[in-house]
Amino acid sequence: MYQYTDFDKQFVKLRAQQFRDQLERWERGELTDEQLLPLRLQNGWYIQRYAPMARIAVPYGEISSTQLRTLAHIAREYDKPAPELLAHAQATQDALQDAQPGATLPAPPLRYGYGHFTTRTNCQFNWIPLSRAADVMDLLASVGMHGIQTSGNDIRNITCDALEGIAADGIVDCRPFAEITRQWSSLHPEFSYLPRKFKIAFNGAAEDRAAIGWYDIGLQARLADDGSVGFTMKVGGGMGRTPVIGSVVREFLPWDQLLNYIEAVVRTYNSYGRRDNKWKARIKILVKSEGQKFIDAVEKEYKAIVELDGAPHTITQAELDRVSSHFVLPKLKPANLPAKVSPQGQLYQRWLQQNVRGHKLPGLKTVTLSFKRPGSNTGDADADTLNALAQLAEQFSAAEARLTHEQNLMLPWVHESDLPALYEAARALGLAQPNIGLLTDMIICPGGDFCSLANARSLHIGAAITERYQDLDELFDLGPIDLHMSGCINSCGHHHSGHIGILGVDKDGKEWYQITLGGADGSELSGPAIGGKVVGPSFTAAEVPDVIEALLATFRTLRKPGEFFIDALRRVGHDPFKQAANSARRPKADQESLAEQN
Amino acid sequence: MKLSNDADLAALAASGALEGVDRIELDFPKFTDGRAYSQALLLRRRYRFAGDIRAMGDVLIDQLVHMYRSGFTSAVLAEGVDAAAAERQFARFSAFYQGDVNEPRPLFARQAALESA
Repeated sequence: MYQYTDFDKQFVKLRAQQFRDQLERWERGELTDEQLLPLRLQNGWYIQRYAPMARIAVPYGEISSTQLRTLAHIAREYDKPAPELLAHAQATQDALQDAQPGATLPAPPLRYGYGHFTTRTNCQFNWIPLSRAADVMDLLASVGMHGIQTSGNDIRNITCDALEGIAADGIVDCRPFAEITRQWSSLHPEFSYLPRKFKIAFNGAAEDRAAIGWYDIGLQARLADDGSVGFTMKVGGGMGRTPVIGSVVREFLPWDQLLNYIEAVVRTYNSYGRRDNKWKARIKILVKSEGQKFIDAVEKEYKAIVELDGAPHTITQAELDRVSSHFVLPKLKPANLPAKVSPQGQLYQRWLQQNVRGHKLPGLKTVTLSFKRPGSNTGDADADTLNALAQLAEQFSAAEARLTHEQNLMLPWVHESDLPALYEAARALGLAQPNIGLLTDMIICPGGDFCSLANARSLHIGAAITERYQDLDELFDLGPIDLHMSGCINSCGHHHSGHIGILGVDKDGKEWYQITLGGADGSELSGPAIGGKVVGPSFTAAEVPDVIEALLATFRTLRKPGEFFIDALRRVGHDPFKQAANSARRPKADQESLAEQN
Repeated sequence: MKLSNDADLAALAASGALEGVDRIELDFPKFTDGRAYSQALLLRRRYRFAGDIRAMGDVLIDQLVHMYRSGFTSAVLAEGVDAAAAERQFARFSAFYQGDVNEPRPLFARQAALESA
């Protein structure tokens, strides 16, 4: 992973100092709430339903054991609501539950004391009081972590494929380019007050595992015939209320022009993006409404940057070499720990099949630890788990781990000979479910239990589906399925790109759920990025697990041998699936009698 | 000269309208509206405007460093603003990663120049 220079370390510390100064001025009344808002957002601090939420950046998902231990410390010592606050929050959630008799699902209690891994490889905490925010940022800065631009209308934390630089199908290691872009975008004087947030993703492998079609800027690395590196650049992708796939603006942008061209795109957006309507302010709306005119304007601006401004941010070979050298290949040695697991055992074999992937380096594997397990919400790791992960990474993966876009944690440097011992250790921690890529490996946002934007809760639905699909034979028989769920149209749970998508909506203060089918993130399994289509009127929470079951039953009936869900859906069309989903609706009378029984 | 946030700078510069102007005032209708940063940068870097560029409107001290780096040379602050707090913002960071109007070279180019010197 990237090793910080003295400048990088100092920069993060000064940023924490600046934030402390801003918070202190706010406490003294020198800054209004409104004036503090973008400043705290640009450091990753939201005010959510019941408490502040801190979003900590983990660039490219890469995290060290030392950093994991710091997150564990924060989870234990800081992510704690006052008893009255927790009681109030739980009572409010209980009232929401009680107001929907027969229409909802058992809700897990509100939890605290954990970090939550997000689809953009950040780590979130939900209960840290603002009065302790500055201390937390100092603590993070001491291990090179921060919340810089994890929120706000700026260039957000940059993401990559979780296998960047180690993938068996890797073309170019994009991490140095992403890091150069991250540094360029950090505290950018011109681009800190854009019309809306701006997200950039890189993918350096043959397969798109970074969902780049769904980003404001998506960059796919390519090699030209002469071996030189460049990027296919897509602009204007995004989810939200208006899902759009990015348009290609450059088929092959030479690597040294990366920052100059991004500057042209962002300046055009900053100048012409809509600021009158939050829902129309993303760059995708500008690209969609202006089409070729937008691309022409960007090209004109790029030309001016190069010809008139002297292209000061042209990346030099020396800089690429310097940053590349900071992505140090760690010292690799096997743990050689004893293991009792039977290599032919079915569970172990399934784990090898689902959770272990090939590696660029011979003799090494990547191992994904599953954070989709019963009794715990998607992507949540409490203090004990975070500490255990730190130790696991130290023992088996050169003290490095990576958060993945699918909200799991991957160990990137595992020796093949260590797989049995790692399996045993992961199993003891409850992190060895062999469900990576399968139905229960769901992407889920925190939803209406925590988020102030959410229209509906998502965690209870996740819990219900997890419980219902514990039979591994069944999960393996169903094969790979992307199930994504968001608690509102902001789409943090990427429902648009799920083969099956679930979207929480609010009608008259009650929670309802729209089901979509056929979305794709752009991976080999899913095919080119596309948004799913709604099956019909929305369902109650209580109906959702039955709808999922009906969809899967239809799939089982219609599939050809060995056919995956997404392929069967595309071959057969949505109609039989729609019918099945709608047949899972409970008549209103049933719901009422159920409510009486309860 | 007052310029609106949607003024066509290229046309203005080409017409010679910026020549002999001592000061250009750029507007922040809300402090979260960042169009004037791009305008100031272009006026300095591309159209070589050498006079004063003044930030008007909703100008707060936490954006002053961004303004200065984008090419603003003066700003009208609300009454009663703590001048010491404003100065602290300028003293905090010794350098930034990306180039700006005052130092067009990004950090890496500056460091490379130092090393080869």
